Amino acid sequence: MSNAAHKEPVAVVGIGQTKHVAARRDVSLAGLVREAARRALDDAELTWADIDAVVIGKAPDFFEGVMMPELYLADALGAVGKPVLRVHTAGSVGGSTALVATNLVAARVHRTVLTLAFEKQSESNAMWGLSLPIPFQQPLLAGAGGFFAPHVRAYMRRTGAPDTVGSLVAYKDRRNALKNPYAHLHEEDITLEKVQSSPMLWDPIRYSETCPSSDGACAMVLTDRAGAARSPRPAAWVHGGAMRSEPTLFAGKDFVSPQAGKDCAADVYRQAGLTDPRRQIDAVEMYVPFSWYEPMWLENLGFAEEGEGWKLTEAGVTALDGDLPVNPSGGVLSTNPIGASGMLRFAEAALQVRGQAGAHQVEGARRALGHAYGGGSQFFSMWLVGADSPAA
Amino acid sequence: MPEVPEVLTAPLVVEFPFTRSLGPVQSAFLTGLRERTVLGVTCQDGRVLVPPVEYDPVTAEELSDLVEVAPTGTVTTWAWNPGPRRGQPLRTPFAWVLVRLDGADSALLHALDAPGPDAVRTGMRVRIRWAAERTGAITDIACFEPSDDAPPATAPVPHDGEFADPVTGITAPARLDYTYAPGRAQSRYLRALADRRTVGERCPACRKVYVPPRGACPTCGVATDAQVEVGPRGTVTTFCIVNIKAKNLDIEVPYVYAHIALDGADLALHARIGGIPYDRVRMGLRVEPVWTEGGRFPDHYRPTGEPDADYDSYKELI
Amino acid sequence: MREVAVVAFGQSRHVRDSAETSEVEMLMPVLHDVLARTGLTAGEIDFTCSGSSDYLAGRAFSFTMALDGVGAWPPISESHVEMDGAWALYEAWVKILTGEAETALVYAYGKSSPGEVRDVLTRQLDPYYLAPLWPDSVALAALQARALIDAGLTDERQLAGIAARSRAAAADNPYAQLRGAVPVGEPLAAPLHTGDCPPVSDGAAAVVLAAGDTARRLTERPAWIRGLDHRVEAHSPGVRDLTDSPSTRLAAERAGYFALPHGPKGMGGAPAVDTVELHAPFTSQEVVLRRALNLDGPAGADIRINPSGGALAANPVMAAGLIRIGEAAARIQRGESQRALAHATSGPCLQQNLVAVLEGEAR
Repeated sequence: MSNAAHKEPVAVVGIGQTKHVAARRDVSLAGLVREAARRALDDAELTWADIDAVVIGKAPDFFEGVMMPELYLADALGAVGKPVLRVHTAGSVGGSTALVATNLVAARVHRTVLTLAFEKQSESNAMWGLSLPIPFQQPLLAGAGGFFAPHVRAYMRRTGAPDTVGSLVAYKDRRNALKNPYAHLHEEDITLEKVQSSPMLWDPIRYSETCPSSDGACAMVLTDRAGAARSPRPAAWVHGGAMRSEPTLFAGKDFVSPQAGKDCAADVYRQAGLTDPRRQIDAVEMYVPFSWYEPMWLENLGFAEEGEGWKLTEAGVTALDGDLPVNPSGGVLSTNPIGASGMLRFAEAALQVRGQAGAHQVEGARRALGHAYGGGSQFFSMWLVGADSPAA
Repeated sequence: MPEVPEVLTAPLVVEFPFTRSLGPVQSAFLTGLRERTVLGVTCQDGRVLVPPVEYDPVTAEELSDLVEVAPTGTVTTWAWNPGPRRGQPLRTPFAWVLVRLDGADSALLHALDAPGPDAVRTGMRVRIRWAAERTGAITDIACFEPSDDAPPATAPVPHDGEFADPVTGITAPARLDYTYAPGRAQSRYLRALADRRTVGERCPACRKVYVPPRGACPTCGVATDAQVEVGPRGTVTTFCIVNIKAKNLDIEVPYVYAHIALDGADLALHARIGGIPYDRVRMGLRVEPVWTEGGRFPDHYRPTGEPDADYDSYKELI
Repeated sequence: MREVAVVAFGQSRHVRDSAETSEVEMLMPVLHDVLARTGLTAGEIDFTCSGSSDYLAGRAFSFTMALDGVGAWPPISESHVEMDGAWALYEAWVKILTGEAETALVYAYGKSSPGEVRDVLTRQLDPYYLAPLWPDSVALAALQARALIDAGLTDERQLAGIAARSRAAAADNPYAQLRGAVPVGEPLAAPLHTGDCPPVSDGAAAVVLAAGDTARRLTERPAWIRGLDHRVEAHSPGVRDLTDSPSTRLAAERAGYFALPHGPKGMGGAPAVDTVELHAPFTSQEVVLRRALNLDGPAGADIRINPSGGALAANPVMAAGLIRIGEAAARIQRGESQRALAHATSGPCLQQNLVAVLEGEAR
């Protein structure tokens, strides 16, 4: 659109997350979000007073049993006297939340914004939250795995991918998680054989190819050029960001490679001026709640031709030392505080280009993609972050 | 427009016992209530907040300096509740009150047991009536009651917040009752199912047939307006084999959960496959519904014995 | 800053119980109406944003099914807030300000009829100290009303007057639910009577926003958003002065309201708006908001407050705030207002507040 060139460049100057675990029994909801927010502020060397506005995201309110919890959390997030927005776009919400915050800076409405996403799954039970009984609907399943497994089978049928590809992804991501101190699952003794012999839950998805239930939060401080200039540590610059949605279920929907995902990626690459994402992007944090979604998204995001995504996985291209590392953090397969999972992807992408990913740092990463999706593979949000200012 | 049938409704209960961890400040306060001790927290500017909060509502600073305040206080505002609702502190009419406990600078919300609104006024003195059984929850305060006690002469004293066997979490049961109404299109669908007919609806714009109909064609954003009977036979487009038993479902595992494109429908619906070993179900399998007495939906679908459908004939419906 | 305007507004006829329609069946005609007013199709809209609540519906992800009514194909740029639609409008306004969109569709819907809204809203409260007591929304508003009366800022007669004025104004509003003479009624939570409280409503609303010349092309008289801001207060009613609304005052200040020229009689009083749409579901909350916005005193006499009848005439939760902006804008579009303030609220006792300043082209 015409005025896009007048946008203020946006920088990530602070990132914080909690150590993700099955149950954080030592903190309240406020204590959980506070911990991530405090770490993001500390990273940026800022105080609560430096924050102009807060944008919070999380998945359904039923998960914690608090309706619009941002009202109660306002005090803990230093938001009193400030604007607070609460985003909810299903599983993509962590990414969408970061993009709403980005736009506040890009539009020059605010200069420095705190964005945060969380889920404290131990307050209830995600299985319950996702399977609330709806009258007149036949109860057939519990949990998300059964929803996604038929689509994985469709992918396998369509591409002829060998049965083992899913286990390769799970093994890789769980190994990567060992290098990420914040990851939930730290399976020191993981082997490929263990993944491959884990029970089939929703055939073709095995237990070890599914994500855990986590308590956790993630926060970022976003700021403008002046803020970035004052930042004590390198900034990650937002080179492109987009959201796309399509209906939940519709005639002609391609669940294996939804059009909304393709369009969203194309928009982000256009904004960032990328023509060959496979070569130009150095690291990808994509939302892979079930292992097979890595090859599926590799195709959907334009890193592989249709039907070829699994070949990249099989060839080790997506390994931490491969030439397109995917989920160096261990990804959703290792850490899944649902509402925060998307923001973790965005934040981990930013950590990579800031050179601050520690043991799971991709050497020399200059451009990274953060990706999230939700609903019935219908909501997509993505951003492309770079080590260089987009103006440079 | 199709005739508008009488719409269906059904009760929907959303209920869960949420398990809430407390963090140190809330843990000390609620454990204190169990021990009939009321704690507040001191802000940097010296204000004492009761109930104690974890973060200063003005400065956002983390708070941890606890003090003990009196179980007596003053009503700062009130409202008469003539009809107590489920879950509220008292079963007989009572006053909601904000009470500034002696020694505190903020007010605590609770109930005041009083004979009627004429017995309540702002500024009146009240004291805590403790619950007989206390577990470490805000409901350990049964309510407030009128009191002649004068405020204590001494200021709040520091408290280390330490108690034996501290409460670190609460269970917060929450039940909400809803009446679910699926709307016109789904009501039409459900009524047809009662006659063991599967009736979808066609979009007037794109001509696609939706089963079950949801009231709108999701790609065109217009009401689906023509009813079209589909099936009863269909093709399995894809599926998974479920090996974990869901607590709330009476289905033996393993079983096959399948997407089935009924003949004449433009997208698949979801159902269970039976009448065939689970490991012999395949994409392209032709199936038909099996009804049981009194069932609202087909209990499951079973093979028809027809040859499998060709992949190209259903791949757009996956 | 880019010029952004409301170019169309539509709403449903709000009712006590809409069981005959699903949410999408209730919403869809409103979307068609608002798009028809601009001549745009859903596919021509650059950004879509909605507001709704799972807790009202009793179902997780309830907004995903409402999206069916939009016709999101080919895929659209879209977002959702678990807030009143006024905040969805705010997100859409920001999106247009970035230059990434020229037009935006904003919608909101809420059905209070499936549940007991007084109980449902208790789940919005501090889950440790407040929610376990199930203090309902009427009780909390009544605590605020009592504080106002104790402070000498209002009395039950004045509150009844606000109720009567609102429902009388709603007589001209075909979408309103409570219209004309409505009895004061029995005390529901003294000092509030049933007449001081909003009806329980089901309803939906939608707004189309557009930038600059696009707005001028789409409508004869755009309602320009001159300022838009929102602020939140501390959560617990026990730490706040319930007689005041500092967040409304601050949002109004940031929206430029107090910097507007003042009327001849308005020295120190209200700035020169001719219309105010306040989202005050309870009569007592209007008193708080009027104080925060300096609407009382001589200058206020010329200002039309809630000509739509406000939330006291129809209160579809999650949409009622967006409707305030829509009503104010529609008045400007009809030429009945030159400059208006619209307000939306959320949370217990006016915890969170949004203020928009809207203006027609100079004539």
